[in-house]
Amino acid sequence: MAAHEVVIIGSGPAGLTAAIYTARASLAPLVIEGEPSSTSDQPGGQLMLTTEVENFPGFPQGVMGPELMLKFREQAERFGATFVTEKATAVDLAARPFKVWVRDTLHEARAVIVSTGARSLMLGLPEETRLIGHGVSTCATCDGFFFRGQHIAVVGGGDSAIEEATFLTKFAETVTLVHRRDTLRASKIMRARATANPKIRFAWNSRVTRILGDAKVEGVVLTDTVSGEERTLEVTGLFVAIGHRPSTDLFVGQVDMHDNGYLKTRPGTSHTNVPGVFACGDVQDSVYRQAITAAGSGCMAAIDCERWLEAQH
Amino acid sequence: MAGGVLTLTSANFDETVKSATTPVVVDFWAEWCGPCKAIAPVLAEIATEQAGKVTVAKLNVDDHGEVAQRYGIMSIPTLLVFHGGELRKKLVGAKPKAALLAELAEFVPSA
Repeated sequence: MAAHEVVIIGSGPAGLTAAIYTARASLAPLVIEGEPSSTSDQPGGQLMLTTEVENFPGFPQGVMGPELMLKFREQAERFGATFVTEKATAVDLAARPFKVWVRDTLHEARAVIVSTGARSLMLGLPEETRLIGHGVSTCATCDGFFFRGQHIAVVGGGDSAIEEATFLTKFAETVTLVHRRDTLRASKIMRARATANPKIRFAWNSRVTRILGDAKVEGVVLTDTVSGEERTLEVTGLFVAIGHRPSTDLFVGQVDMHDNGYLKTRPGTSHTNVPGVFACGDVQDSVYRQAITAAGSGCMAAIDCERWLEAQH
Repeated sequence: MAGGVLTLTSANFDETVKSATTPVVVDFWAEWCGPCKAIAPVLAEIATEQAGKVTVAKLNVDDHGEVAQRYGIMSIPTLLVFHGGELRKKLVGAKPKAALLAELAEFVPSA
């Protein structure tokens, strides 16, 4: 089996932009795009769980996240990118050609672009998994509809928590934002949006320590982070938006990472410490984490990759 | 309907599920749900590959919310598996094809 010129792992805005550019450069990229799930860990990435994207340039009226990702994919396909709709299960980047496994199938590559993104963090409570789909949700856009007229909670204090809370007020009677601090970490515009929304309430200095209900969510126990006191919040839905962690498990011990798990790239480039392995998008960006910056860095990775491959000839 | 995905409504849901001679997998979905779109082609493939052994159907929760409500659906996509007119399994969330086939194996031995 001949080695691919480039294998791209991950298919959010970064991976698909890298695919468009490398495909147009006749590198026939193979994109290992991931597999369907109801978390952000799926083909298309985090935008698959959003509704209207209002800040992606070129769409003055906004665009639906899943639709935008479908267009990215179509564009990559048009120029000859091919796709494997599964997850990469192992990599060996110690020798060239690099090896990428999808279960038992081995794909060899002269270069690898890593764009595995970041996945949402969960609370880690034992009852959380049992109640997913029964009031605990990983996807506000999928499930908000089912909480019409109900009282629900969103955990988190960042932009995505507020975006989710605001979206959920379209359906829910009240949305309580549960945050472990006494101020929001979110941007000014999002904070203003949250405080102006009469349906949004705040539970400051609070942590969700238990989810109540056997067959479905009936409430959550909040523990005050200052006094340690417990109280019950009666809600039928719990949406978790407490942040993300980079999906870099595959690369531990093979590619240099920061302490927080994000891949290290040479400043101003997409080069990792392994020559021929490039990183782009949220997997290497803990600062900006936008669709447009991911796409931009995907373009950088493609160009870096193309030049590196040329220099190898 | 051989090999295709059947469209269910509140009008034909009960009758279809009850009278089917094969297990019926019903995909509860909506236009605004990204993960639902992601599994639609997977389900279409299963419908074709398992034609005659399993019936794959879909129900739009926006248009036929009362059916979704009746089954306590609070998250989509949710797949309900009926056999002999009885609800036998509830699968919440989008899953890859291999995982779906594994979940359906008890109803479709060769799947």
